[in-house]
Amino acid sequence: MIRRWFKSGDPWIWLIGGAVSLSVIMVVGLLLLIGVRGLGHFWQPPVVEATVTEASGQEREILGTIRTLETVSAQSVRESGIDVPASLNFVERYLFKLGNRDITGQDFEWFVADNLSEFRYPADAIQLERREWGDFFGYLQAIKENGEVIAEGEAAFEALPPRLARANAIMAEINHLERYEIGQINKNIEQLRLERRRIELSDELTAAEKAQAYADIEQQVAGFNADYEVLFSELNEVRERSMRDALVATTSDGQSVTIPLAHVVRATRANTMGVTDKLMEYGSRFWGFLSEYPREANTEGGILPAIFGTVMMVMIMSIVVTPFGVLAAIYLREYAHQGPVTRMVRISVNNLAGVPSIVFGVFGLGFFVYFFGGNIDQMFYPEALPAPTFGSPGLIWASLTLALLTLPVVIVSTEEGLTRIPKAMREGSLALGATKSETLWRVIVPVATPAMMTGLILAVARAAGEVAPLMLVGVVKLAPNLPVDGEFPFLHLERRIMHLGFHIYDVGFQSPNVEAGRPLVYATAMVLVALILLLNLTAIAIRNRLRERYKSDSD
Amino acid sequence: MAGSFNQNAGLDVNRPRLNLNHENISLETRDLNLYYGSSQALKNITMQIPSQRVTAFIGPSGCGKSTLLRCFNRMNDLVDTCRIEGTIKIEGEDIYKPSIDVPELRRKVGMVFQKPNPFPKSIYDNVAYGLRLQGIKSKRTLDEVVERSLKRAALWDEVKDRLDDNAFGLSGGQQQRLVIARAIAIEPEVILLDEPCSALDPISTAKVEELIIDLKESYTIVIVTHNMQQAARVSDFTAYMYLGELIEFDDTANLFTNPSQKATEDYITGRYG
Repeated sequence: MIRRWFKSGDPWIWLIGGAVSLSVIMVVGLLLLIGVRGLGHFWQPPVVEATVTEASGQEREILGTIRTLETVSAQSVRESGIDVPASLNFVERYLFKLGNRDITGQDFEWFVADNLSEFRYPADAIQLERREWGDFFGYLQAIKENGEVIAEGEAAFEALPPRLARANAIMAEINHLERYEIGQINKNIEQLRLERRRIELSDELTAAEKAQAYADIEQQVAGFNADYEVLFSELNEVRERSMRDALVATTSDGQSVTIPLAHVVRATRANTMGVTDKLMEYGSRFWGFLSEYPREANTEGGILPAIFGTVMMVMIMSIVVTPFGVLAAIYLREYAHQGPVTRMVRISVNNLAGVPSIVFGVFGLGFFVYFFGGNIDQMFYPEALPAPTFGSPGLIWASLTLALLTLPVVIVSTEEGLTRIPKAMREGSLALGATKSETLWRVIVPVATPAMMTGLILAVARAAGEVAPLMLVGVVKLAPNLPVDGEFPFLHLERRIMHLGFHIYDVGFQSPNVEAGRPLVYATAMVLVALILLLNLTAIAIRNRLRERYKSDSD
Repeated sequence: MAGSFNQNAGLDVNRPRLNLNHENISLETRDLNLYYGSSQALKNITMQIPSQRVTAFIGPSGCGKSTLLRCFNRMNDLVDTCRIEGTIKIEGEDIYKPSIDVPELRRKVGMVFQKPNPFPKSIYDNVAYGLRLQGIKSKRTLDEVVERSLKRAALWDEVKDRLDDNAFGLSGGQQQRLVIARAIAIEPEVILLDEPCSALDPISTAKVEELIIDLKESYTIVIVTHNMQQAARVSDFTAYMYLGELIEFDDTANLFTNPSQKATEDYITGRYG
């Protein structure tokens, strides 16, 4: 009976089915976890007010949002010095986000459920997302203009949004002035410094000519400095304007605090918000996450530079790896004599795919950054030395290292595609008087393009997820500038970039405020997965179109 | 020079009765030996193939008839281990001399394979492929030649409304005629057909056979076939090969009705093996 069952092949089908479902469940579970945690972060939770009874019998008020609720053994809670009735084996405890780091010193705190009163949801509680010091929780009292109270109570809530919008607009103006206009002047002065250094290093100019040139430069620098003075006073004037409005709020322990609106990014009155309001707030926060620069050691603000850096790097990598991989594969398959040497090369290429990625990082640092970059600096940017231009980690080196890393994938799948092309197709072309290279470029390579795209898809998937080697060759925690901007030559290949994968590591494990960073880890992971998916879907769409075009019996 | 070489009666012991005096000779081989590595695939083949006639090669599998066919456009060059002795002349010119331009030779000697092998391109591009290789870009010339070739291959009426469709959308028989159209588009002198109907159904086979008979007015045609009825129907001359040797080469009617060799007789009457 059992024997017959084994012979029928059914156990195998069950085994295979089980393995497949297990894999599917794991993948779906992973995506769900990342998705739920990541997307949940942007939803405005209610702001809870509660009374805590301390071990000493003292009571204090707290105000904040609940981050997590968990059940832990009473033993471990007792050991950490919190009084728990002896009858209990397990206790529930809440993690509250209390904010107000500047006042109380810590913005997250655990509370055992038994020590908490009923939760209250006061209507005048506000949550402020600030530019510094994290969130603020409190009760809005009044709005001030130039130090004078102009609205109190309910009127204050009405006066807040337009004034906050004004303050944010002025902050954007300040940001523009600092980042672009003053930044431009600084760049110009730096350019002149380099110019001066170039003249210093030059052998062709006489002393008199040099003196003349220096004087010229001095004059230009003086001009820029004057421009700077003008901009600086303008900036001060705008800063002053931004400080016009402020809000007055009391914290849960009764302190009265005045916060300039210029320091606030978002203000929400969580407990009176309807679902529509919350959805709009959600959209705004999510968009902010995608489109803003990070703040507060990456634990707040957005991840725009990381998204941008990842996409740029993958794109440059693709542009580099495709021609190299395809040409190498064509040579190996079509031209190289199929002997032991070719076989050795092929084995080596395959094994290259198995080399740990950090090894590529070390190689990239030694070869690309120090050797290549160093020599480029010697030849083309001697005036900037000892400060390196290309001789330090940067976008181009990160892309090249990844291109090297993914080269085997492209070579292997292109070769696969070339092998699959029926001999008859080649002979058909040759029999019409085509030379070998004509056959290759007119028939073989077009038919093999879907295979090349497959290689590229795998390469992109691998490259976008790689982190370890990038830390050595160009990815940093915080990059002040995007690699693309309005300044000639528009694409700055030498700049360091931010990267989603490294951002996850940095926020999750390198940040001083672990609790604040945790949801961002999930949110960033979600963006990374979505980005890889998007890149892959694009490549797959292109491949399917090509397949349709070069459809043949062999597929 | 076509026809300048006339049959020398004493040249080939295998063909005492065949008289090609009135024919122009297109292809001729002399003492042709071909080896794949150490094994010999063709042995001392000496024969003459008349122009504007259909010549069929018959024989059991592995007898070397396809190999011989592929010598005429040097397709055997693609096999690394292949080595050739003796001479093959087309229109009096030795095609294995070092100065020969192989792509140019293949332009003169077209080939159609056993399985239809169109390129994964449109019908139009398939037929225009050979012309484009020669650098012809003029849309008018290409249009003309494509139309003419498809008409000659009796395919025009079936595909004229979908010239831009992928050639793989055609049926097997249509694909084979497309491949023939592709071959004749570049105006070769000789067309080699390597079992062109073995993958086709009887109706498509009939169409291709009609086409072959039609084409012999302008081209020298050499066809390899397993199908003796087909050889009898389409060819003017037939060669019977066995184990790399040319056993008998004669007028088709003669060879099938009155073979001079016992081996030939056994084969065509089905007593082979």
